[in-house]
Amino acid sequence: MLEDIAVDIKNALGEETIEVAPENILNALGRLKQDHKFERLTSVTGVDRYPAEPRFEVVYHLQSVANKRRLRLKARVSGANPEIESAVPVYRSADWYERETFDLFGIRFRNHPDLRRIMLPEDWEGYPLRKDYPVTGTRY
Amino acid sequence: MAIDTGIHSELDVQRDHELHEKEQTGTRTMVLNMGPQHPSTHGVLRLLLELDGETILKAAPDIGYLHTGIEKEFEDKTYQQGVTLTDRIDYLAPLSNNLVYCLAAEKLLQLEIPEHAQWTRVMLTEFTRLNSHLVWLGTHAIDIGAMSVFLYCFREREEILRIFEMFSGQRMMTSYFRIGGLSLPHPRGWNKRVKDFVDIFSSRVDEYEELLTNNRIWTGRTKGIGYISIEDMLDLGVTGPMLRAAGLKVDARKDSPYSSYEKFDFDVPTRTENDVFARYQVRLLEMRESLKIIRQAMEGMPSGSHQADAPGIILPDREKMKTQMESLIYHFKIVTEGFRVPEGEVYQAVESPRGEVGCYMVSDGTQKPYRVHWRGPSFGNLQCTSRLIEGTLIADVIAAIGSMDFVLGDTDR
Repeated sequence: MLEDIAVDIKNALGEETIEVAPENILNALGRLKQDHKFERLTSVTGVDRYPAEPRFEVVYHLQSVANKRRLRLKARVSGANPEIESAVPVYRSADWYERETFDLFGIRFRNHPDLRRIMLPEDWEGYPLRKDYPVTGTRY
Repeated sequence: MAIDTGIHSELDVQRDHELHEKEQTGTRTMVLNMGPQHPSTHGVLRLLLELDGETILKAAPDIGYLHTGIEKEFEDKTYQQGVTLTDRIDYLAPLSNNLVYCLAAEKLLQLEIPEHAQWTRVMLTEFTRLNSHLVWLGTHAIDIGAMSVFLYCFREREEILRIFEMFSGQRMMTSYFRIGGLSLPHPRGWNKRVKDFVDIFSSRVDEYEELLTNNRIWTGRTKGIGYISIEDMLDLGVTGPMLRAAGLKVDARKDSPYSSYEKFDFDVPTRTENDVFARYQVRLLEMRESLKIIRQAMEGMPSGSHQADAPGIILPDREKMKTQMESLIYHFKIVTEGFRVPEGEVYQAVESPRGEVGCYMVSDGTQKPYRVHWRGPSFGNLQCTSRLIEGTLIADVIAAIGSMDFVLGDTDR
């Protein structure tokens, strides 16, 4: 799957992971849905690899109900400009997951229909799940 | 009259635009704020409903009132300490959450769990399903106006909580499953307690059915209400009984068996009507199936240890700790700093009473998880709210959202 655009294909602990460049993410998701019957996008989330660069991993978990199969798709985005194309045009379930990732990591999703905070108040400062955000304390 | 809700969502902008338009033509819509303290929202869900008379034109759920930063907290706790957080995510299905977290960590550690512990996990997870479905049935019936069902459901729930207390010492936040097995061996007399429950519960489900299934008010309020197409549900990330009430046989227990579910004989009930009544039927049938699993687990419970043989991860025996140097060292290390988990990442899915609960765990080789993402079933299911209730009448909103069976702790984490 996706051999032509994959940066890295891993198979560890019985789970498949495909990494693609961020600019290919919509292409990859679209092809997985159309050609490989991954009907469901289970979740979208982020991992902060601070201080490494590119800093953020955007992680997509996909499931094929028909083939009883799961897949992890990944793309790395930089810390200076954490931005990636939104998956909503392909999977509508990405909507809230991307909002959550934006809310807690500050990763922006281009062309998302309604990108605003979902868990935290609108005026919250900072992105709590980043590694440079402290667990305790009164100020960020 | 439009109410100023104070949040500037897309809905608000569009509403203002439409209001302006309608002022020209003389018709107006009303925005109704429901929640976050509304009793039928089962917690703190807030819904913004735009109404034209009694018809809902637009619905926008607003969540986050129960956000407690649990995912951040995981990163600050050792692996074993993290188990206690999972109880508090979905407080009506604590053992399903314990299970998915433990399975994810055990996958990273590549631990083999003794059969005895695996079967106990299956048995208690099914009890959790009963517990959660009973709370759902009772509160859903109250929402729709049937008061007495609640009292019947909580009578059985009380006995289930007592069984949890017997096993773990806790009624709700059990934390009974630990990485590597169970926290305690089986209590004395558990067999009789479980058997008494299993023997009587089937007739109790009949009782609930007697109260509701042919009740004309109940069928009138639930049949044909809350329809949403399968395609929409799959695309919006809905899982669990809602999908099964539409005829799709999706269940993680069958599709990717874990914790030796493959050794149990049970069905995945489905319905095709895809309305509130079908979801009610699916959940009642699931209770009967869970009962079958519990009976099998109770009767065929394999003997053996309740914890894996993994020194360095499992706390050693008290007796050994006091007599053997090595055990003492392990004890000290585990208590003071926890255990190291090899680098890697896993995604584990478990069928909770509400749908697929997923735990994505990333380890960097230290004693604390680098990242834990919790895919709560309620969060996924709630995404379909707008699709579910737009175009229906306001009187059906409570029935429709109640049939989703969400827990806000699970949604907001």
